[in-house]
Amino acid sequence: MSEIMLGGFPLDLLLLQLLTGVALGAIYVLVGIGLSLIFGLMNVVNFAHGAFFMAGAYVGVFLYGYTGSFWLSLVAAPLAMGGLGFAVERVLVRPLYGRGIDDPLLLTFGLSYVMIEGVRIAFGLTGLPFGAPPELRGGIDIGVGYFPLYRLFLIAFSLAVVGALWLFVERTSFGLVIRAGARDPQIVQVLGIRIARVWLAIFGLGCGLAGLAGILAAPLQGVTPEMGVPVLAEAFVVTVVGGMGSLAGAVLAGLIVGIVVAMTSLVAPDMTKMAIFALMALVLLVRPRGLLGRQGALG
Amino acid sequence: MTRAFDRRGLLQGGAAASALALAAPAVLRSAVAQAGPIRIGFPVPLTGAFGAEANDQVRAAQLAIKEFNEGGGFDGRMAELLVRDDKLNPGEAATRTLELIEKDRVAFLVGGLSAAVTLSINNVSRERGVIYNSITQSDAINEAKDFGRTTFHEALNPHMTAGAVGRHVFAKSGKRVAFLSADYAYGHEMMRGFKRAGEAFGSQVVADIRHPIGASDYSAFLPRIAALKPDVLCLCNFGRDQVVSIQQATEFGLKRTTKLVAPVLLFTSRKAGGEAFDGVVGGTSYYWRLEDTVPSAKALNDRFRAAYAGAVPSDYGALGYAGVRSVLEAVKAAKSIETDKVVAAMEGLKVDFYKGPQSFRTCDHQSIQSVLIVESKSKNMKTPDDVFTILGTEGPDERFLRGCDELGHKA
Repeated sequence: MSEIMLGGFPLDLLLLQLLTGVALGAIYVLVGIGLSLIFGLMNVVNFAHGAFFMAGAYVGVFLYGYTGSFWLSLVAAPLAMGGLGFAVERVLVRPLYGRGIDDPLLLTFGLSYVMIEGVRIAFGLTGLPFGAPPELRGGIDIGVGYFPLYRLFLIAFSLAVVGALWLFVERTSFGLVIRAGARDPQIVQVLGIRIARVWLAIFGLGCGLAGLAGILAAPLQGVTPEMGVPVLAEAFVVTVVGGMGSLAGAVLAGLIVGIVVAMTSLVAPDMTKMAIFALMALVLLVRPRGLLGRQGALG
Repeated sequence: MTRAFDRRGLLQGGAAASALALAAPAVLRSAVAQAGPIRIGFPVPLTGAFGAEANDQVRAAQLAIKEFNEGGGFDGRMAELLVRDDKLNPGEAATRTLELIEKDRVAFLVGGLSAAVTLSINNVSRERGVIYNSITQSDAINEAKDFGRTTFHEALNPHMTAGAVGRHVFAKSGKRVAFLSADYAYGHEMMRGFKRAGEAFGSQVVADIRHPIGASDYSAFLPRIAALKPDVLCLCNFGRDQVVSIQQATEFGLKRTTKLVAPVLLFTSRKAGGEAFDGVVGGTSYYWRLEDTVPSAKALNDRFRAAYAGAVPSDYGALGYAGVRSVLEAVKAAKSIETDKVVAAMEGLKVDFYKGPQSFRTCDHQSIQSVLIVESKSKNMKTPDDVFTILGTEGPDERFLRGCDELGHKA
């Protein structure tokens, strides 16, 4: 191990910490994309986003108990949460369109309570232990240090998901409709496209991504009914920093937030929690639309 | 000149009436307590993060009650356990305690899990003059400002536990120690006890990292700790925090260079954490395999197995048993349920209920007892509950407690 120092820390440690930050960022990116799309494109503040994260994790862990296959859970959790998201949008959120931003916010806020209590009743209060599947356990020496295999997988998998999403948004006709709907929903309707279906899809997609993030996070810390609560705040920070409605913004912001958390705990561990909100405050002061957001996106 | 009423008589009558009014609760309480069952209030967090421990404590406490009653009780009076849910919340605990004292007229209180809750219960019971035997770890409850003559502490305190583990670990390992502690009173107390034990061995603190209680991710702290290559990593946290931090520390390869130590290692945490805990050394008040060497442990385990379908008592569970049993034995020894007589009897108890000799120190009513040093394992298990190897015990020895004067007690 080389002993180059930078700012009082060995370079190897800094690089290892950076990689830890990227691994943290992977989860932030997935929850951030979902919330940013729903917030930016539909003007709906999804306060239940953390609850979908948690419920996705529980679905995955529950299925794993029956099938013993982590990969199956990885597919089932986002599908289940996407399906639930469709149902919620169609039945609960759609009637509230046109009433301003408050009503869907309050609705999703109440929904989060219902979902958390539902999980408590079904699975108990103390949570379920969960670890990485045997293939992904342990760690490897990556030159700068010893790093958990599962977190490397997390980075790679999230990259793949983001890549697939980008292809979907940029290269498919439905993706084109989403981008158009983001730019100007009224013109899209005038062109004969049913904007309601677009919004249904976006809400389901956002919730599905939250559920995927949940099952990906489960091996890191186990699952508890409250695991989605801090995630919601983090998702908001990512949305604000990245810019509402911007996929690239959410990816960039998620990585930045993860790295900020990791590097702050290296120099000032007590400030870790505060650092991401300080970052959000800074962005709001200097560039309110976020790094890659459009001006007046919250119109 | 005659007065319409006698002022002196009014004053005397008024004084007598107010004295009666002030004494009435105690007088009424003792009047009710003279007959009927001996009620023991048992506030524990049945709901919340430590529901499993709390329910185990209830089961074990009920065993102690059953033994007492089957032995004829006291003076023909049977004991009764009044279990209440304090939801791991000090305010809720204070309310339940008040209800138990005023409404349910309990003669004694046993219970509390979490240092903050136990202090809250103690405050109420101390004010009302009702004996309270705390069954959870706390350093503060020994201190003079929290002490009352009705305060008793059946459980270990962080100073004893962390100290015993520290003395064991530093004798065998290198001296460079890193701390990862939950940032609240209990985490600080464990760290303090461990540091103090280490000083005698010339230990050197290479890192002191505090994490917020309830943190779900420790990855941000672990590379730095790993880079320092400490000889010992001391995890001063509890419950879920401990399970997750040990799992993540294992994933980051810390076990290759460092001995993981947890001053308090819970049976339930180890069951939740599984093989990630392998090799972790810690302290505890009781582990069921003590039955191999201590007859009273075997006796308790057998009774517990018989009553609860083969299950064995956990560490905190056994404290539920001991806490209630101490009080009831003192009642029998004092031949009374009057508080003063029972306090004196408890101070004089020298017993072996389940883990070897125990007695209460007079100045702070701390139970002087052994600390078990255990190491987690997941191979060579006799039963699914055989999760620890007992490496040794320390005490019972008063020397391992903080001194009475250090705690502020006047001689």
